[in-house]
Order: sequence, then C-alpha cells, then structure tokens
Amino acid sequence: MERSLTHIALFAALIAVLGLIPQITLAVGVPITAQSLGIMLCGTVLGARRGALAVVLFLVLVAAGLPLLSGGRGGLGVFAGPSAGFLVGFPVAAFVCGLIVERWRMAIGPAAFVGAVTGGIAVLYAFGIPVLAARLTEAQIAGMPLNRNMSLPLALAALYLPGDLIKAVLAALITRGVARARPGSLLSRSAAG
Amino acid sequence: MLTLTSPVETWLHPVRAGWKLFALCVFTFALFSMEGIQALVLALAFVVVLQLPCGALFLRTAARLLWPLWPFVGIVLVWHLWIAAPAAGATVVLRLVAAVGAANLVTMTTRLTDMIAVIEWLARPLGRAGLSPRLIALAIALVIRFIPVLSVRALQLSEAWRARSPRRSRWPLLVPVTLAALDDADHVAEALRARGGAG
Repeated sequence: MERSLTHIALFAALIAVLGLIPQITLAVGVPITAQSLGIMLCGTVLGARRGALAVVLFLVLVAAGLPLLSGGRGGLGVFAGPSAGFLVGFPVAAFVCGLIVERWRMAIGPAAFVGAVTGGIAVLYAFGIPVLAARLTEAQIAGMPLNRNMSLPLALAALYLPGDLIKAVLAALITRGVARARPGSLLSRSAAG
Repeated sequence: MLTLTSPVETWLHPVRAGWKLFALCVFTFALFSMEGIQALVLALAFVVVLQLPCGALFLRTAARLLWPLWPFVGIVLVWHLWIAAPAAGATVVLRLVAAVGAANLVTMTTRLTDMIAVIEWLARPLGRAGLSPRLIALAIALVIRFIPVLSVRALQLSEAWRARSPRRSRWPLLVPVTLAALDDADHVAEALRARGGAG
C-alpha cells in the first residue's frame, strides 16, 4: 500500500523533472523533450496500473495549475489547446507500455522497447492525432474532401515520430539499466509488486 | 515551487473555484458548438474584457501563457491560406485562442489549494473503491515535495559526470536518476509505515 503510493508519487515527480531537461532540437527544427520518455518509463518500470496512476497524478497537478509540462506550460489551458489529446493519451500510453512489459516474458530490453513503441507511440498518437485534427482544422470545409483535413495533423505527427523513436530506444536502455542495478525494484517484472 | 496563479489579486480571485470551473466548462462547450467568425470574435473579446480590470501586469502574464500557441496559429493560418479556406483558418484560430485564454484565466485566478480542494471533492466517489481523499492529498503533497529533491539529485549527478568527463552529460545519466526515484520511493514508504501507514 505505502509502497505503491510512494512509487506512484515519486514517478509523477520524475515525469516533471524530465520535463525540466532543456529540449534538444532535431535537424528538422522540431523540439524533442524528455517528458514523454518519463511517460514510457512509468509504464516499463512501474507496470501498467501504477504507471498509469503516476501519469494521472502528474496530469492532475498540471491541471491544478503547476507549470510542470516541458517549457513551463501548465494549467487548464493546455487541456483546451491542440495537444490535449496527447495529454489524455499519456496514462493509457503508460498503461499499455506496462502491460506489454508485464505480460511479455522476454528479455527486459526488447520488451520495454516494444512496450514503448506500442504504448508511447502507437496508442499515444491514436489519442493525440484526432484531437489535433479537431482543434487545428474545421470538420467540414465547403468543397473539401474530408481526408485532406487529416493531412495537416498527420504531417505534424510525422515530425515528432523520429524523436519519439529515439525516446523508445532510450526508455528500453534505461529500463534495462534499472533492471540490472535493482532487479527487485522493477515493479513491472517483480512477482511481489 | 511557483504556480501559475497570478500574485496580482483580481476580482476573480475570491470567486469559488467550483463556479469558475463550471463557467469554464459551459464557455468551452459553447465555443466548440459556435459557428461563424463574428460570434467567435465576440467570445474572444469577452475573454479579453474579463481580464481588462486586472491590470497591465496580469495582462502581460496572460499573454505570455498564450505564447506557446503561436507555432500552431502560424501553421494553421498558412495551411488554410494554402488550401484557399481563410475563413475556416480564422475560425479555428479564434476558437483555439479563446478556449485556451479562458482556461488560462481560471488557472491564473485560482489558488492551488482551492484547485486541489475541488479535485478532492471530485474524487469523493473513488472513496468507495478504496482511494480515500486523504491518500490523494498525501500523493499530491509527495509529488510537490519530491520534484525539487529529484531535480537537485539530477543536477548533482550531472555535475559528477562533468567532473569525470569533458563531454556533456547525456542519456545514461537517466539510469541513476530513475534509480534515485525508486530508492526514495522505498525509503518514504518505510517512513510512512513506521509512522502508522498511509491509510
């Protein structure tokens, strides 16, 4: 009980701290931040349930008005903005990351990579892109086929994809490092957790 | 830690947090069901008028909070001009700025404690599932306390790295940072248990 609570709280803090790391700008000019790496790590290290709860706790504090998102953003405004779908998808992403690492009994590194790509990219984009589309384009523009409306949000998402793939690799490497240093602390894989 | 609540006392600060959040929900819902540029311009003007009595400093902070939106605004305008639908572009931008502006206004005029009180009130139904409001409050307090602790730990680790290597610290540093979070979690859990548990 206490152990679950403190792990959830400390990893919520870890997501915030990763958001403080200055962003690196990729060659195409898209900033990548370590924050979504934190989301992946919550799943791969804490497991599905605790990982998702840690992310929910983090988002509650952001909504309450703490500027914890990368770039010092926060408050209710970010949930009204174009990236709201990604924020809502964060806990689900962490849950799927954790579920794959928990259930798929292969070496921790590859399992964490598959989890991070499935949860942190596929699931996250499935939440983020439709909202991005709804916020950045009109549903119906006269004389415009509907699928053209998706081209802008898809192009934006494609810009972030390389950075997110790098983060999935890092999440796998970090999870493997943690597993080596503290095999018992990796709650996603420990029977007692 | 700094919150986004404005230290400038405005007429909106004493209003109950629950009412402000309810009004925000109604306004946002209306905004997204609204059609037509005139109506959206009026809605945006309404958000601005609400903040006019709050003073120049407040307005400047509000503008800075909106600043991260500009890449989106730019991309939306360029894209809609390119597909020759400037009216749709203007609608999207007006709606976006008004929605984010209104939400920021509520955040800037509501204290963190009031906001957390609303969250605890909203979480009451979870009490039956074993998640008592006390646990949520404790978890929130732990996060707020441990963000600076973990930041300092990360900074120390990066300084230790730089003492050993001429290169800038990179991702392998995140392994000990994650381990620090795990170890701290274990220690705090023990401390909580020693004091009679969290439940």
